[in-house]
Amino acid sequence: MNTTALTVFILLFAFVTAIGFGAGRWRRGDLSQLHEWGLGGRRFGTWVTWFLLGGDLYTAYTFIAVPALLFGAGAIGFFAVPYTIMVYPILYLVFPRLWAVCHKHGYVTAADFVRGRFGNRWLALAVGLTGILATMPYIALQLVGMQVVIGAMGLQGAGLAGELPLIIAFVILAAFTYTSGLRAPAMIAVVKDLLIYIAVIAAIIVIPAQLGGFGKIFAAIPPAKLLLPHPPAGSLGAFSAYATLAFGSACALFLYPHSITGVLGASGTRVIRRNAAILPAYSLMLGLLSLLGFMAVAAGLMKNPAIAAGFKTYANNFAVPGLFLASFPSWFVGVAFAAIAIGALVPAAIMSIATANIYTRNIYREFINPNCTDAQESGMAKLASLVVKAGALVFIFALPLKFALYL
Amino acid sequence: MHRWHWSRILLLIPFIAVLWVPFYDRAEPSLGGFPFFYWYQLLWVILSVGVIGVVYLLEHRGEG
Repeated sequence: MNTTALTVFILLFAFVTAIGFGAGRWRRGDLSQLHEWGLGGRRFGTWVTWFLLGGDLYTAYTFIAVPALLFGAGAIGFFAVPYTIMVYPILYLVFPRLWAVCHKHGYVTAADFVRGRFGNRWLALAVGLTGILATMPYIALQLVGMQVVIGAMGLQGAGLAGELPLIIAFVILAAFTYTSGLRAPAMIAVVKDLLIYIAVIAAIIVIPAQLGGFGKIFAAIPPAKLLLPHPPAGSLGAFSAYATLAFGSACALFLYPHSITGVLGASGTRVIRRNAAILPAYSLMLGLLSLLGFMAVAAGLMKNPAIAAGFKTYANNFAVPGLFLASFPSWFVGVAFAAIAIGALVPAAIMSIATANIYTRNIYREFINPNCTDAQESGMAKLASLVVKAGALVFIFALPLKFALYL
Repeated sequence: MHRWHWSRILLLIPFIAVLWVPFYDRAEPSLGGFPFFYWYQLLWVILSVGVIGVVYLLEHRGEG
């Protein structure tokens, strides 16, 4: 077990837990109103929204999975970069309008908007259910990200004891989401993003220096993986795969309930437009971070028996944790792993709030209790956020790790 | 309200730049050890900030 890393990790985790519980008092609002609990009162300015959306969209799973894809499959994994380039013009054009309409009519979810725009509650139900269905496995993926770094610190055990750290982390998450609503991930996101920026900047300076520069790193990649294969005559082959993967993902990203929750939490349309211009800072970081996958190849991690064992359990998802273990002193490994685990908390919190909002607005109030009071509505949302997280936890334990890795 | 400002047409530029894959799927010219494929796309992250920033400024020109 890596005691130093674990100590740093636990300290940072305790710090953000305190922030999470304290967040309910920040810009105090009446948390028995759904838009106060579930959208932070629509009061987040440019910078808070930047941290919130950055923490929301660039998840722990991204930090693990994108480099793992470059590590395993090569150039195709870099699609995350054009994807996150195209997503912001779309945010700029489409979502201020959605914000304005939702603000005017008090809509909290995308399904609320559909209900109002098309006047059909069944269509709204279909949109809401699609959102919930798409988000549940996404929350579970955040758990996978957390599982990998907890395991990488040597906390592995059989049965319930092995799952205990993850369960504790999720109980904490569930508790502060319940009490503080969207304010909690918004505040924690500031810490998370600072930690992630520190870890990534350190990694892209220190590791290439250890490996002899970027030229050497790229030279270690087999030519077939360094670039996309040129398609055979009469076919677009990997070119169209790369372009459509990026474009399709960009079209989809802001339709996820957790993205819409982040957007609707903004205090105005101008905040959203400004964020379209400043959020790409995260894309640049993601692009550089993805190259850790190539650094993991160049570092020859498989030759280190302790790290090769990690690959056996977590497959390519071990590329980033393994690289940090091999390249940094234990205390910094603790910082980096805490960044990833906290990077899982933020989106998981926002996702559970988003699905809770949908359940409450578009199922509970629409079909079960149309005459509910505001307090009943927000109480139901808090309860639903707990159910969603319990569901994700069950999902991850019932599902063998191998399958989760392929999601 | 800005219903449709002409400058928004500029937002098409990043799409063209990154969807035209055959143009940049090459190793040369490399920059600082980065093959063209990688530095070209990273550069467009920064250029896209410029494009969105310009559209924002043009659209909100003269407002308080």
